[in-house]
Amino acid sequence: MSTRQSIEDQTQSFSPQSLSGKGTPLRDRIFMWALFLALAVGVFTLAVLLIYVTVKGWPRLDLRLITNMPSVRDPENAGAQSALTGSIWVITFTALIALPMGIMAALYLEEFARPNSKFQRFIEVNIQNLAAVPSIVYGILGLAVFARALALGQSVITASMTLALLVLPVIIISTREALRAVPRSIRDGSLALGATEWQTAYRQTLPAAIPGIATGTILALSRAIGEAAPLLLLGAVSFITFNPDGVLSNYTTMPIQIFNWTKESREEFQILAAATIVLLLVILLAMNFIAIWIRNRTQKRW
Amino acid sequence: MSTPDEVTLNLSSSMLRHGSELPLHARETVFSLDDVSVFYGDYEAIRNVTLPIGKNEITAFIGPSGCGKSTLLRSFNRMNDLIPGARVQGTVSYHGTDIYGPDVDPIEVRRRVGMVFQKPNVFPKSIYENVAYGPKVNGIKGNYDDLVEECLTRAALWNEVKDDLKKSAYALSGGQQQRLVIARCIAVRPDVILMDEPCASLDPIATAKIEDLMGELAKDYTIVIVTHNMQQAARVSDRTAFFTAELDDNGVRHGRLVEFGPTRELFSSPSDKRTEDYISGRFG
Repeated sequence: MSTRQSIEDQTQSFSPQSLSGKGTPLRDRIFMWALFLALAVGVFTLAVLLIYVTVKGWPRLDLRLITNMPSVRDPENAGAQSALTGSIWVITFTALIALPMGIMAALYLEEFARPNSKFQRFIEVNIQNLAAVPSIVYGILGLAVFARALALGQSVITASMTLALLVLPVIIISTREALRAVPRSIRDGSLALGATEWQTAYRQTLPAAIPGIATGTILALSRAIGEAAPLLLLGAVSFITFNPDGVLSNYTTMPIQIFNWTKESREEFQILAAATIVLLLVILLAMNFIAIWIRNRTQKRW
Repeated sequence: MSTPDEVTLNLSSSMLRHGSELPLHARETVFSLDDVSVFYGDYEAIRNVTLPIGKNEITAFIGPSGCGKSTLLRSFNRMNDLIPGARVQGTVSYHGTDIYGPDVDPIEVRRRVGMVFQKPNVFPKSIYENVAYGPKVNGIKGNYDDLVEECLTRAALWNEVKDDLKKSAYALSGGQQQRLVIARCIAVRPDVILMDEPCASLDPIATAKIEDLMGELAKDYTIVIVTHNMQQAARVSDRTAFFTAELDDNGVRHGRLVEFGPTRELFSSPSDKRTEDYISGRFG
């Protein structure tokens, strides 16, 4: 910039004919590129990983992956069916346990508990802390309480209960956020008609919060489905060639199966592991897509 | 803001709801407030209000922002109970019963004393479900079709929505939503309807419709309306209470009832200087 240009000169230089300027200053552009670079590193790494596993697993990305059982002797024809069904069993019961508990806890905290009481603050801090506890710690808890003390052993229900505890804080937090997003005016409108607080919570606030709850829950469950660490402790390592047939059945899950195959030295197992990773990723992406779809479909109505 | 002359001109005309037939005192009172103060924690939002609400009359609460008129209105159906720290002193009696008495169930009070809010707060449900919600939660069973039609008709909305009852209430315009809220409110057969600035978010045409509707509803209901619009108070109400916020001897700000009387008198010959200043647009 030239020095000491009077304001008048600057403003008078404006005319409809001269709308051209100097464009974005260099400093701004450098900063913009730095931001973009940071993003690019993340996206690039993800892309490389995705391409690598897809290419590596490509020879085995066929129907045999989901129709066949794992095999030690015949990796050419082995599949991950028991891991897939195991994951579905485990995650289904995780949802059945964690969802009602999480929603009820959130409803209590958000709609009925006395706000800002010492008890409420204590609970809140602890839920935040629980969400930050490493998953392996939940595995130790599950091993001690569910597998040993309750003698449920290496069963689907042990895994489901452990994963339910793991995702419970996340479900509570996201449900509370969804409930909080329902405007006060909806509750007032209901109460002013002579509805009780319970009727208001059950018939107005909760239904209005369902899209938010669904989104948060699906994201929490997609975290659980990819968990391997707590399940390793719970004893899901065993080589399983059958689908679970009940909650007390033995099981394996996809992350465990992947872990087991990557330990094998033979190349065929590595390929099989890569193919199973792709399958797991597809399931995770599908779950996230559903969550995003629900969120977009029910954008703010108030 | 209008000049004083305009205000006087408008209000002395026949725009007033009742000419001179209105008796000085209501024939029958529905609510009777005796020395009522409402607190939020230590803060006294409104102090020592004594006021009767006449049956089948429209009573308007006017006054500058922060004078506690909405707070007072919310003490009529115990909506203040829902705000932590809020408490009511004095007596709010409804047909002779103190609604803050020990045996009184606030749910029962709210069923009889309905409320329409500043922003149309329709439920995220169908038009039909919005109207049927009140009867449902109050345990009234059966087919709601007739009731829904009746309430929507009384709220002057039926003709506009009769083919779209299953549609989301959010598809309606703001004015239609507010009439739906009124229909929803009368579906529980209340005795009193409280309206907290019901036209604040509406355009003039929608406002006119709501005002017409109020006149109709007053035949069967007792209406108390809080409004910032003095012209509206003059147009629709039978009696007007003027509130203001002032500082007491200790410098604490609180709301006060300044003057209460038949709307015509209050607007044409206010007895208090503050009322006169406010309605003539000199402050507020």
